[in-house]
Amino acid sequence: MHPAISVIFFTVTAGAGYGLLFILAFANLANLSGSISPDQITSMGIVGLVLVTAGLISSTFHLANPKNAWRSFTRFKTSWLSREAVFAVLFYPVSIIWLAFEFFTGNSTTTAFFAVLMAVMALVILVCTAMIYASLKTIRQWHTPLTPVNYVLLGLLVGALILAVMFAQQGLDVGRLLGLASVILVVAALVKIVYYYWIGQPAGPSINTALGFTRATVKLLDVGHASDTFHTKEFGFQVARAKLIWLRFISIGLAFVLPIVLVTGLLGNVGLGTLVLAAISAYAGVFVERWLFFAEARHVVNLYHGARRT
Amino acid sequence: MKLGLVIDLDTCVGCHACAVACKQWNTSGTTGPLTDYDPYGEQPSGVWFNRIRHYEVDEYPNNKTVNAPMSCMHCDDAACVTVCPTGASYKREEDGIVLVDQSKCMGCNLCAWACPYGARELDEDQGVMKKCTLCVDRIYDENLPKEERKPVCVMTCPTSARFFGDFDDPNSQVSTLVRERSGYSMMPEVGYNPVNKYLPPRQRPPAPTVEKKEGGSSASLIGKWMKRQKDAFNDLGKGAR
Repeated sequence: MHPAISVIFFTVTAGAGYGLLFILAFANLANLSGSISPDQITSMGIVGLVLVTAGLISSTFHLANPKNAWRSFTRFKTSWLSREAVFAVLFYPVSIIWLAFEFFTGNSTTTAFFAVLMAVMALVILVCTAMIYASLKTIRQWHTPLTPVNYVLLGLLVGALILAVMFAQQGLDVGRLLGLASVILVVAALVKIVYYYWIGQPAGPSINTALGFTRATVKLLDVGHASDTFHTKEFGFQVARAKLIWLRFISIGLAFVLPIVLVTGLLGNVGLGTLVLAAISAYAGVFVERWLFFAEARHVVNLYHGARRT
Repeated sequence: MKLGLVIDLDTCVGCHACAVACKQWNTSGTTGPLTDYDPYGEQPSGVWFNRIRHYEVDEYPNNKTVNAPMSCMHCDDAACVTVCPTGASYKREEDGIVLVDQSKCMGCNLCAWACPYGARELDEDQGVMKKCTLCVDRIYDENLPKEERKPVCVMTCPTSARFFGDFDDPNSQVSTLVRERSGYSMMPEVGYNPVNKYLPPRQRPPAPTVEKKEGGSSASLIGKWMKRQKDAFNDLGKGAR
């Protein structure tokens, strides 16, 4: 699949924003870092909303006809993209009410109610985004339960690390937050490695089932078009195998290995600089991971263009 | 009604006449134009509803060229319709034709991603998704003579390899062909239940080749060759209808 930068930026940045807001609400409710003042919660919450908004704006650059984008709220019953759009819009009033309660009334039952509602919605949106891809039976590298698990974990991962930077900058205790971040880092890394093994197994339709000749060899003689088509541009994207492997290592190194080394203090004291480096590294690593998520996805239409397997 | 096409892979010669006729009709049809990019340049490209690809099946001496025209299969379980967030993509209750409402489409490409058959193409000029309409603007047009109320690809096929009809009627031409010639769906394992069906090439023995003679007169060699031709001719169609 063609890796569109607008969609990659959207899923990574908005994902980090939702993850950040989820972890912020969790850290406050579970008292991970002593008492966080209402000002601090509100300002950190706004940073999360800025990330979400930047991502959502970027997502519209992917549309060929954005003037009809408002119609995407109308097919909630069947379309994951519609569900994502509806929840993404409903998320704003819920999160703003929550932040307003935090700011004006501090900790109260109502605040906690909106904190939980906002956190649940953040997770739901992450799942909806992932399900847009996971629901496509035409792309076996996406059509797996690992896709939503991966999207949720990576959103929480980048969100937790950005939140840790803000905690440290505000002079809040980051010890337990970093413990939580380390757990997410390890689990997310395992899920991603399992995913890479899983997509390495040949499976799904072949050129034989695509054309219905399952008892003989089939090969393409002529593709029937002289220059690029919508399908070759959208689905025909290919990267050299050696480059893919390198990018996988780079992505795992930046997204998981370096951050975990930094936040567990293996390279000395964990200060603000270390956390900034960890957050930037994780964001860049997840960005490469998301690029690979598209670049490694092979659509079944390629079978009609001569690919033997997906 | 369940309208769709049957395409005979045995008789299709891969001439692309159906695709050209489709482009000609539909570019001024209900979902036209079928925009061209750089039509007179080095790399002409554009929107097509129907594309023909050419394959070789099996190994020598049993190899056969198969030409596979592909357009929208008007699937019974069309994921392109369910994934569409705007409701632009829809399947008609009355005849099962899958269409795109051009005024609602936001050009997100998700339906094209969901389609295993490459039936949908984005018009980059207009920013909306386009696809085969099964010539919905011909088949119900009462101004046309009755025999012309069918998709233009079917009308134009010079080898009559394309058939149009109602699959819900067990006695229609398309239903009979599928029944008698073992019509099948492409990529059924994706589970979309495509309506369009393909008729497999008829079973034929490999084209006879002259073997090296082991002595004997030229007259008897010709006689042997004639006999092989005759046997091969008599074997035609064995295993098929």
